[in-house]
Order: sequence, then C-alpha cells, then structure tokens
Amino acid sequence: MSARSVGTIYAKELADSLRDRRTLVSALLMPMLLMPVLILGIGTLASRVVSRARQEVPRIMVVGGADSPGIRAELEKSGKFRVESASADWRRLISDRKVRAAVEIPAGFERALESGSAPPVTLYDFEGELNSGLAAGQLRTFFTGLRERTTARLLAARGLPESVARPFEVRQSNVAPPEKTGGNLVGGFLAYIIITFCIIGAMYPAMDLAAGEKERGTMETLLCSPVSRTDIVLGKFLMVLTGSLAAVACSLISLGVTLAAVGTALGAGPGGAARGGAGVPMTVDPLGLLGVLAMVIPVSVLFSAVLFTVSLFAKSYKEAQTYAQPVVFIGIIPLGIGMLPGIDLNLRLALVPVLNISLVCKEMLSGVWHWGYIAAIFATTAVYAAAALALAVRMFRSEGVIFRT
Amino acid sequence: MIEARLLTKVFRDRRKGEIRGADAVSFRVEPGRIYGLLGANGAGKTTTLRLLATLLRPTGGTATVAGHDIVREPDKVRAHVGFLATSTALYARLTAREVIAYFGRLNGLGEERLRSRIGALADELGMNDFLDRRCDKLSTGMKQKASIARMLVHDPQVMIFDEPTLGLDVIASRAIVEFVRQCRDRGKTVIYSTHVMSEAEKLCDVIGIIHGGRLRAEGTLAEILAGAGGAGLEESFVRIVTGEGRG
Repeated sequence: MSARSVGTIYAKELADSLRDRRTLVSALLMPMLLMPVLILGIGTLASRVVSRARQEVPRIMVVGGADSPGIRAELEKSGKFRVESASADWRRLISDRKVRAAVEIPAGFERALESGSAPPVTLYDFEGELNSGLAAGQLRTFFTGLRERTTARLLAARGLPESVARPFEVRQSNVAPPEKTGGNLVGGFLAYIIITFCIIGAMYPAMDLAAGEKERGTMETLLCSPVSRTDIVLGKFLMVLTGSLAAVACSLISLGVTLAAVGTALGAGPGGAARGGAGVPMTVDPLGLLGVLAMVIPVSVLFSAVLFTVSLFAKSYKEAQTYAQPVVFIGIIPLGIGMLPGIDLNLRLALVPVLNISLVCKEMLSGVWHWGYIAAIFATTAVYAAAALALAVRMFRSEGVIFRT
Repeated sequence: MIEARLLTKVFRDRRKGEIRGADAVSFRVEPGRIYGLLGANGAGKTTTLRLLATLLRPTGGTATVAGHDIVREPDKVRAHVGFLATSTALYARLTAREVIAYFGRLNGLGEERLRSRIGALADELGMNDFLDRRCDKLSTGMKQKASIARMLVHDPQVMIFDEPTLGLDVIASRAIVEFVRQCRDRGKTVIYSTHVMSEAEKLCDVIGIIHGGRLRAEGTLAEILAGAGGAGLEESFVRIVTGEGRG
C-alpha cells in the first residue's frame, strides 16, 4: 500500500465530490436543514395543533341523566363544553369526529349522590384522537371535582375533616439532571437521526465513485494507472467515509444550533435547561454526544464499505440506487427497534450490528456508561467494518465485477 | 517492446459457457513500429489489449511489455504503458489540467516535473485555450486532446490504442492518426486496434488479423494481401476471417 497514492486518489475524489451537487445535498445540505425542520417545523406544527385543540370548546353529548338536571346544568355552566342531549347515533357521531365525547349519567344519579352511593358515570371517547381525548379528559376532571366536592360535603355533614378521605398526598420528583432526562427522552431519536445521516452521507459518494465511474468510463482510465487496486479502493473508500462523517458532523452542528435557538426562544427552565412545549428538557449531555460521535465512526466505516461494495457490483448509477435501497432499509430497521421503549442493551443485543450502536448511543445520551458493552460494541462493529472493507477490496480485484456489462 | 506468447483469456459465462476472448495469441512489436490489430466487433481486440495493459489477467500464456511480465509485474507494466480507448473517459467535473495532473501524480511525477510536462503537452497539442476548462464543457476534439495528454503525461514507452477513432468525425480521427504516427517517429512501441481498413492501411507497419480470439494472419500490408489473394485489405480481411484465405 502506498500512502502517497491513496492520498492522491482521496484528494482528487474530494475535489470531484465537492463539485457534485447530489453529494453536497446528501452530505451537507440535508443534515443541516433537516434538524431545524424536524425540531422547529414539526415541533411548532405539533404545538399549534395541540394548542388549537386545547382552545376548542368541545361538543359533547349526555346519555341519560334526565333525572339529574343539576349535573347537566353544571356541565353547561362550566363553559368548557357545548352540551347536547344524546341522539340515537351518538356513538357513530363520536367515531365520525362530529362529537368529541359523551357521558352516560345513570338513572337516579343526583339523588344517589346525596347519600354518597351513586352508580358509576361512564365516559365515551375516540381513543387516540387528540380532540376527543382532551374532551374526555376535561369531563374526567369535571366529575373528579364533583366527586371531591361531594366527599367534602358528606364528611362535613358528619363533622369529619376532609383529610379523612385523603390522609396523605403522593408527590413525585425527578432527581435526574435535565441533560439525563433529555437524553433519555430524545436519545433513541437522536441516535436514529445521526446513524441515518451516516448512511445517507455515504450513499451518494459510494454510488458516484464506484458505479458512477464505471458508467462514465473513467474507472478503466484509472485502472490503467500503475496504482494498486487496494490503493484505489482505500482512496475512494476514504472519500465515502468523509461523506458519511460530514453528514453526521453537519447533523450534530445543526442539532446544537437548533436546540440553542429553541432554548433562547422558550427561555431556560429549572437548572438552566430549556424546555419544550410539553415540558420535555431540550438539553442533551455534551459528553454523551461526544460518545455517540465516537461510536458512529465504526458504523460509518461499516456502511461506507458496504455501500461502496454494493455500488461496485452495479453496472450503472441507477442499478446502484436499486441495490443501495435495501441496504438503507436493513440499516434503518434495527434503528427503529432501538427506539422502542423497553428494549435495553444486553449481551445478546450488543452483538447485533447497528441495533447495538443505537442502544448504546441511547444509553450514553442518558448519561449511562456501560464501559464493557461500549468496548464490545466498538470492537465488534470495527470487525464488521473491516470485513466489509476487505470485501470491497476483493470485489475491486474481481474482473467479473469491474468489467461487468 | 511488446511480446505476447500464447496469450489466452477464457471468460466463463453461466449461460454461454466458456468464451475465449483471446486464444493463444502470439506476436511481437518492436520500438518505432505500429502493430495494427484488425478485427470485427467481438473478435478479441479489446480483450488482447486489456491483457497487455494488465486490466485483465490472462488464463494462459503471458506477455512482456517494456521488459516487464504482465502477470508478475502488472504495476511496472502500467507505469510504462499509455492506454487510450473509447472506454477510457475523462472526469467530467475536473478541468483538463486537473485530469492530466492527477494521472501524472498517480504515475509518480513530482510537482515540478508535472508542471513542466503539462506545459509542454499543452503547447504541443494546442490545449492552452481550454486547459482550465471542465471536461464536460469540452468539445469532442478537445476531449481527445486532453485524453492524449493524460496518456502521455508520464512519457510511456508503449502506447496502446483501442479503436481510438470510434465515434469521432473525420477531422478528429485524422488528428488521432497523425498523433499515432508521431508516436512511432519518436521511437514508441505502438499497438493500434481498429476495424477501419483504411486506418490500418495508412498507419500500420505490421497487421495482425484477429477473429474468434485467434490471430488468423500476420504480416505487412503487402504480405497480408499476397497471402489472402484479395484485391485490397478489406477483401483480404473478409477472406481470412471466413477461412477463404491464409496470411
């Protein structure tokens, strides 16, 4: 191997790729723009939708309750609902989102309430539908309040204090620092985004430098030079890796800038942590991010080598795109699994490529450092990456692959 | 000098079985001579030339190019060979200067020598007006000149041309033919494959007719004509490849 030859090839590929619009878009522009779009754009949109839903006075229906006019009057008086008597098709109206929720008040409810032994009130909603859920939540709050007021009245009538019904309160307090809470909540998502960009950043240079060169006829020109095939593969591979790591770096920079902007816009929460609209801390442990970056390097090597190998096999850029798509999917599926709640790192999962990285990144962003797993995952991914690179060299030496027509 | 000895290349295809791209091809080309490899499409010209340029490995026989064995010293062979074919394109996003410099560096030229070589080649080939223009903005003739400069930058002893005029207009083709002649005059060892009879007649000192991967006839133009008994090279060529005449 000649470092000079590898350097010459890498320098040329870098200059060439910096003039390729597709590579620039995939490795630099997309990771730069997607983070603000995801966090600010979708976040703002989601926040607007929720806020609009919260401002709505929901249309609800009362099923039964003819002998409990006081309850209905209270519901109307609260100003939080547009109360209507239930029509025969009230269930369909909820399913069709024309009515947000319904409450079934059993016969004799008000009367039974006086004695403190009223039958249950049933709430009906469209599960998973935002406006319906909010309406049902407001109804629950209304009836919980009614229950507490009734309890207080019944206790007072018997000369007992309110604390008899609630002898103690249960409080919950978060002891994790904001960056750990933020890391735990967004760690899986961040790992998903960062590793996805590491794949996307490698994809276009890999296709351009292998299948693209074959298609354009420049591969044969290059093969006429006295440089060894291994040097050619290494020079080109380094460029693919550069694309991958550039995409990761851009996505991280963009993420940092976006989070800082969100923090400034929302104001800092307790402990200096900026909070999102839902109270989610928007701070991520910088040490965790550095750890993620270190773990992403062998993954970048792995995907760069795999995508380069796949692209070498293709006859044309278009064919390479067809082959690269399954690789991207195969890479993204374990990332999706890694985002699922309850999937935690263990020895078996530590050997599954990509999924192991996703899980360990999630842990590191939450401030959990399992050094044994980290070392094992780094080493196994490096071995997979080395095997993929060796395969790329082998493919490049194959006449059947290079001159495949 | 080039010396091919029973050079053989067998391709294995799942559907077609064994294909003999070159079948025991032997010939010799001296410095200062142009060897014309004449054959129809698929006759084995490109395979033979790719074997000599070490782009393919022979399955039998061998060859020495500029004193180096193509099997044992492929890198050294390539360092002494300039290869030009329709399939050896230029990098579209690089300028002509960048392409020439890239191949100069790959051939081990230092920066000072590279600068002087690029300057000399640009003057010689009349490239100064477009040397810093991107290759995808060049005309076909300009691209041919840039390709020639790319091929010459390391001043190789052996020049291999694989149908270099394919798809070119008359003017560009004539420029190539003239350039090949100049290579011979400078003492380079030249091998030139074509299926254009007039080019072979004008250029080649020795002609080898290849068909089905085998060298069917070899000799000077006069020897080929006399052997095949044809009125011209085209007729003689047809007689040889159809088995009606022998060189």
